[in-house]
Amino acid sequence: MGQRRSIFVLTCLVFGFAFLYGPILSLIVYSFNESKLVSVWAGFSTKWYGELIQNEQILSAAFLSLRIAFITACIAVTLGTMAGMALARYGRFRGRTLFTGLITGPLVMPDVIIGISLLLLFVTSAEWLGIPGSRGMPTIIIAHATFCLAYVAVIVQSRLSSVDVSIEEAALDLGARPWKVFFTITLPIIAPALVAGWLLSFTLSLDDLVIASFVSGPGSSTLPMVVFSKVRLGVSPMINALATIIVAIVTVAVVIAGVLMHRAENRRQADIQQALARAGYQ
Amino acid sequence: MPEASATAGTLEPWRDPQARPYVRIEGVTKRFGEFTAVDDVSLDIFRSELFALLGASGCGKTTLLRMLAGFERPTSGRILIDDQDVTAMPPYERPVNMMFQSYALFPHMSVEQNVAFGLKQDSVPKAELKARVGEALELVQLGPWARRKPHQLSGGQRQRVALARALVKRPKLLLLDEPLAALDKKLREKTQFELMNIQDEVGVTFVVVTHDQEEAMTLSTRMAVMDRGRVMQVGTPSEVYEFPSTRFTADFIGSINVFEGRVRSIDGDLVVVESPQFGGELEVASQARVAQGQTVWVAVRPEKISIAPRGEGGAKEGRRRNAADGVVQDIAYLGDTSVFRVDIGNGTLIEVTQTNLFRSIERPIDWDARVTLSWTANVGLILSE
Amino acid sequence: MSVAARKEQARSDGRVSALGKATWRALRRLPLKGRSAVVAAPYIWLGLFFLVPFIIVLKISLSQMIVARPPFTPLLTWTEGWWPQVQAYLDNYVWLLQDPLYWIAYLNSVKIALISTLGCLLIGYPMAYGIAKAPATARTLLLLMVILPFWTSFLLRVYAWIGILKQNGLINNVLMWLGIIPEPLAMLHNDFSVYVGIIYSYLPFMILPLYANLEKMDVSLLEAAADLGCKPWKAFLSVTLPLSLPGIVAGSMLVFIPAVGEFVIPELLGGPDTLMIGRVLWNEFFNNRDWPVASAVTIVLILVLVIPIVIFQRQQAKTQDVLE
Repeated sequence: MGQRRSIFVLTCLVFGFAFLYGPILSLIVYSFNESKLVSVWAGFSTKWYGELIQNEQILSAAFLSLRIAFITACIAVTLGTMAGMALARYGRFRGRTLFTGLITGPLVMPDVIIGISLLLLFVTSAEWLGIPGSRGMPTIIIAHATFCLAYVAVIVQSRLSSVDVSIEEAALDLGARPWKVFFTITLPIIAPALVAGWLLSFTLSLDDLVIASFVSGPGSSTLPMVVFSKVRLGVSPMINALATIIVAIVTVAVVIAGVLMHRAENRRQADIQQALARAGYQ
Repeated sequence: MPEASATAGTLEPWRDPQARPYVRIEGVTKRFGEFTAVDDVSLDIFRSELFALLGASGCGKTTLLRMLAGFERPTSGRILIDDQDVTAMPPYERPVNMMFQSYALFPHMSVEQNVAFGLKQDSVPKAELKARVGEALELVQLGPWARRKPHQLSGGQRQRVALARALVKRPKLLLLDEPLAALDKKLREKTQFELMNIQDEVGVTFVVVTHDQEEAMTLSTRMAVMDRGRVMQVGTPSEVYEFPSTRFTADFIGSINVFEGRVRSIDGDLVVVESPQFGGELEVASQARVAQGQTVWVAVRPEKISIAPRGEGGAKEGRRRNAADGVVQDIAYLGDTSVFRVDIGNGTLIEVTQTNLFRSIERPIDWDARVTLSWTANVGLILSE
Repeated sequence: MSVAARKEQARSDGRVSALGKATWRALRRLPLKGRSAVVAAPYIWLGLFFLVPFIIVLKISLSQMIVARPPFTPLLTWTEGWWPQVQAYLDNYVWLLQDPLYWIAYLNSVKIALISTLGCLLIGYPMAYGIAKAPATARTLLLLMVILPFWTSFLLRVYAWIGILKQNGLINNVLMWLGIIPEPLAMLHNDFSVYVGIIYSYLPFMILPLYANLEKMDVSLLEAAADLGCKPWKAFLSVTLPLSLPGIVAGSMLVFIPAVGEFVIPELLGGPDTLMIGRVLWNEFFNNRDWPVASAVTIVLILVLVIPIVIFQRQQAKTQDVLE
């Protein structure tokens, strides 16, 4: 059935993935290029990596970005979990429509708009209330946490809506107070979603250029801002080296996570089969 | 109706006007916006009863159960358990535990931890906790599975974990929401009896919600039949089956033949009804309060009708009461019984059930056979609504 | 500190404490117990950092640029009398209408976003279909491969295309070495490279909702169609395609909306004449420092995007309803 169609689909898959991964591969290959001209191969070299780890500006920007991403992810997971809980479990509370709008908004609004509006907020509030005194890490964190919490809320909501409400009701029924139900039952069950949300927030924050450019102040350039200023001037093998390192970290992390998940899944399947076999035996 | 016997006080407390109900539901109504899920329900449930709430989906039985558990607050009315008003009490303070339809086992905890959860909330000392968990697992025969996680168990085992978890706190009232719905037929029958034995052993008052009339009849001491938020009838399974009070209950429990008619005469206990639908007269021994000329319905259970081949060329006598001639239109062979649908003319079909007393492949009565149906005056029922 | 400055300070302190008291009273009146607190915390955060900013943008878009800090006139002034005077200027909007630069930028952004969305759909649909129909074991891996690029830097992935598309870049070198073209093609710094960049960056956003939709689809529907005498391609057109419409809409909106406001891709890959509204905004803001006009551009951009956003949200709500 559908021999021709499956060949067509297969071709699309092969070309599609080549399209997705080709550029990343080219970044990696040219990071080991001796020549400064990225496109001309002049022999294997790791000198750009050496140059990268000696570049004070990139290193301090990377450190700043990591700190921002870490704090952002923690705030976003806390607030996003609350928002996801409210959306998935509280039914029709007052102001729900506006709330869903506020959650969807940051997901779909272009970065430029979020950046500008937050900058104008900070400027106005500095004018009126005197805070923030100056823009920098705190303002970037607030901006990032705002759109990341929306992502976390959506992840938590979808995870919670696949969890049977009776499980939480059962805990209430057995005498656990609502907050205890949340910490002993709900939280452990949705933990994978929280981890996913935290990692996503961390990555989104680490990756953001546009919003950070608007809300940061002098002396607080994040890694994407530094990279952007360099890239604007043309290609630089050092940036390729940086990209290669990021790709390597992400790949290792994803492979580890994939293997762990695969193992857990296999064990689960085996357990289920065993249980079914035993039940049939009785 | 059966007479109240001398032992009624202990075995059938609902017949004893002196007995104090253990659970009182007083005029409870629950509305969700415009929709009335439970409409002015009052029920008394006695200690150690196994009470069933029976009805089709959407009849309000689950909402009523959830109000007993404390997940929903009644719009009006009161709920008392053991003389304590629990209407506004949150679920975690009620002396009530529930076994959920989905079992709702905590997926990240072992069987043991699931069962211990409720006791931990009450800060039961460790030694006692261990003993009680062991006891509960013993009761449901799950000792060897104590360390397993829920996903490593079969459906029947999960059901028993849920039961143990709900029982271990020794609640005053145990609520079971469709306890057997997720099991297959064989296991369900086996588990029904297990459930009854366990209830007998622990003596806890059970309230079971079910849509399965067979389940309700097997399990319960008494049951309430619900429809559109209202209780239609409360009684023991045999009362509800043999003496349904309305056409709804009569039709809901088992199958029944109903003929509309008008009361023609009342002679002591004997009510004679003229029914154009039946095409003749019906007589019923009944104490129902009806007046001459009133529209009533006469109901007869299929198994109470006898069916016989009509004598070939027999003289056609005048139409007797409670008897009709007809032609077999359909036969459903169910192994233990056979169900006949007999056309008695003017579009009326009568259902008759017969026990297959003899082993035979040949049918004594076949399709298109001409038959005579009849029943005695004291198997019929008069229903006025 | 001068007397005037001290007065100013005191006045603003008074304003702060009055505001503080009012907020405190408002907060006290809220039923901040358990459930309500759970909703309130993210609600307040999003209100403060997502909703209020838009109101401020709207406000500033109605003021005039001045050379000061902040570089715009106040909307409300308490010059005389009890009532604040509203000084609203529609100048900025009139300016937008008159200057063709903005019109062209808006239209061009929508055009580029539309074409890119179509491109994503054409590439993404067969891929999503292929992944959904792949054996279960391969499916997880393929899906992971779609998501993986998303975890690496967006900026760097866009940057990679410079090296590929430029005059003496990878593609030109390969094609010339093979003798297919005599001289390098101009592929970078024009609309073409912007299309490539947007399609490349947003492809996963198209594939994922499409996959989620196609994967759920009941195979027996296609079998029923075949059973009723429908040829495979016709079954695809009359069963699969219409049923995957929600996925198509969701994916298209996820690509189209951010693509309209895209800044990085036109900035790095586009030419000097690639006018996109995100870029215009950025320049208005950082180079011209004309915040009132930038705010007006933002407001109009939001209005342009309101329709697709509403479509997107409706679609999501519908799918949610179906799921529930």
